[in-house]
Parts: sequence; structure tokens; C-alpha cells
Amino acid sequence: MQTEWSVRAITRATLPVLLVLTVVEIGSGLVLGSFEATLLTYPSLLTLVPVTIGTAGNLGSVLAARLSTAFHLGTLSFDPGDDQLAGNAVATIALALTIFPVVGAGAWLLSLALGNARLPLLTVVGVALASGAALAVVAIAVTLVATYAAYRFELDPDDVVIPVVTNACDVLGVVVLFAVVQVLV
Amino acid sequence: MSVREVAAQAYREALPALSASVVGGLFAGVVLGGMRAELRAVPGLLVLVPALLATRGNVYGSLGARLSTGLHQGLVEPAFEFDDRVAAAVAAALGNGILASLFASVVAFLVLELLAASVAPLSTLLAIALVAGLLSGIALTVAVVSVVFVGFRRGYNPDTLVGPLVTTTGDVFGISFLLLAVRLVLALGGM
Repeated sequence: MQTEWSVRAITRATLPVLLVLTVVEIGSGLVLGSFEATLLTYPSLLTLVPVTIGTAGNLGSVLAARLSTAFHLGTLSFDPGDDQLAGNAVATIALALTIFPVVGAGAWLLSLALGNARLPLLTVVGVALASGAALAVVAIAVTLVATYAAYRFELDPDDVVIPVVTNACDVLGVVVLFAVVQVLV
Repeated sequence: MSVREVAAQAYREALPALSASVVGGLFAGVVLGGMRAELRAVPGLLVLVPALLATRGNVYGSLGARLSTGLHQGLVEPAFEFDDRVAAAVAAALGNGILASLFASVVAFLVLELLAASVAPLSTLLAIALVAGLLSGIALTVAVVSVVFVGFRRGYNPDTLVGPLVTTTGDVFGISFLLLAVRLVLALGGM
């Protein structure tokens, strides 16, 4: 189904989903608001917020896009031993374990440069790495469930799975960051 | 392909785009980290941040995808001239982005009131969402249209450019214009 190129048609096709996603994102904002005091005390943690949310959503959307393509090509089966499934899941975890320590160190260095690094380097890297590892697992679970649901309901995974996964990972990114900060800081 | 080969290929293909968005995300984080005074001055603003950033990504990601499909189908010419279709797509993106930002302010305000949490007046949140949505929308429109058109003319597949471009610039422009909007509204509102 192709949307006509008019303001009205585009709005009708996109605005309802956009408003639903906005409500979901307010949910993640409320989680952020619940530990606002901690975030305002430690600027390194506040610096981690957008990058953690964004990277979690990206990990999920990359995985979703790849599974969706494999699905269209007919090379994907929902079998735990499936090579495509297992390989992409392993890559997601490897990507998270590579990127999140760099994210943590980057956030700490930037805070140091701005003269407000109040947490030790290891704590910030630890928070980033623990959040990243947990988020990789969450992203895999959410993507598999969403791709499988699209397949069962005969929806095009390209239309449904990517926005659902990206926004779900955004929200869960904040929840995971909150949980990790409670434990480590 | 074995699991190992699939994993290695997926890893190699995804790493550059993810790294680019990490740089954008960290920059956005630094701006957010430097916004502590504004976050304290406008209670409830932090609750809006994920919704506003996600709106930029969702709306302008969809604009990029639409333009890219239009180019592939030959419905849109990659020229910087007035075109009805491109104008409609841009107007819809700007309008929907601003509507969603205003809607986010209303939802955040109502929920925080309901929870009896401290929250800035609704008019302040609406003004911030409007100014931030408009300014970041203009900046993102320019970025998306130019990268997609120029990329297409140089022979790149715009589909692969849109994702990393929007996740990176969406965060950077989203937060920077949010900060600008908060300062403007606080200065004009005399808060």
C-alpha cells in the first residue's frame, strides 16, 4: 500500500502511530524523572542518557532490519538453531559489548573536560557496560517477539517491527539504566 | 552461512553506523549535561526529553524513507527546486512533528499533575515544545533533504543513508534546539 503524496494522506498514515509512540516515550520520561535528582547530581550519568537510549534503539532496529530482510528472502526460520537467528543475536551482543564501554569512557572524558566528573571512570564505564549487556539481551528478545508476531499476523515486518522495536528499546534503555544506576551508584 | 559468518558479517556492517550515532548521542548528552540549570528551572522538562528526541527520529526518519522511495520510483527529482510532492512531504513532517511535541507536553503535564509531582505551567511546556519542534524540524528537513538528494545524485542508495543520518542529527539538533527553546521561553516568559 503506497501512501499518496499529500499532507492529508501522509498525516493520516503516520500521526496515529506517532501519538501512540509519544505516550510510550512519556513513560520512559517518567522513569527518567523518578531519578532526576541522581542524574542532576552526576552529570556523567546525564550525559549517558541520550546515547544509551539511542544505541539501544539502534541495536534493536539493526537486528530487526536484518531479520526482516532474511524473512522476506525466505532464509529465516523461527528455530533456536537457525543460523541467521543465532548469528545476528551473537552480533548484537558483540556490538553492545564493543560500543558501550567506549560510550562510558566517552561520557566520563567529556564530563572531565567540562570539569564536572564526579564519579570515578570505572563506575561510569561499569554503568555503561552493564546497561549495554542487559540492553543487548532485551533488544534481541523484543525483536524476536515483534518479528514473530508480525509473521503470525501476516504483517510486513518492515512496517511494524522497526518502529515498535526502536521505541520499545528506547523505553527499556531508560529502565535498564535506572536499574543499573540503583545497583552501581 | 555458519553462525560465525553471519555474526561476523552483521557485526562489520552495523559497527560504522552505530559508531556514528554514538558520537551524535554523546554530543547530545554533553548538551543535556550542561542543561542542569534549565532542567531545574522547568520541572517536567526531563520527562519530555525522550518523547521529543524520539519524535524527531520517527518523523524525519519517515520523511527520509519516503523521499528515498520517491527517488527510486522516479516520482521525485533530486533537484533543489519547488516540487509539490516534496513540499507536501516536508509540510506533513513539520506539522506532525510539532503536533506530536505539543501532544507530548500535554500528556507529560497531565500525568505529572495526576501524580502530584512538581511541573512547570502547561503554557511554558507548550511554548518550549513548539519552538523546539519548529527549529529542529527546519534543521532536520534541510539535513535530510540535502543528504538524500546529494547522496542519490552521487549514486549512493539513500535508504542506507537515512537511518544513521537521522539517528545522529536527530539527537544533536533535537537537544540543541531544545536548549535554545528553553532559554528563549524562559527569557521571554520572565521566569
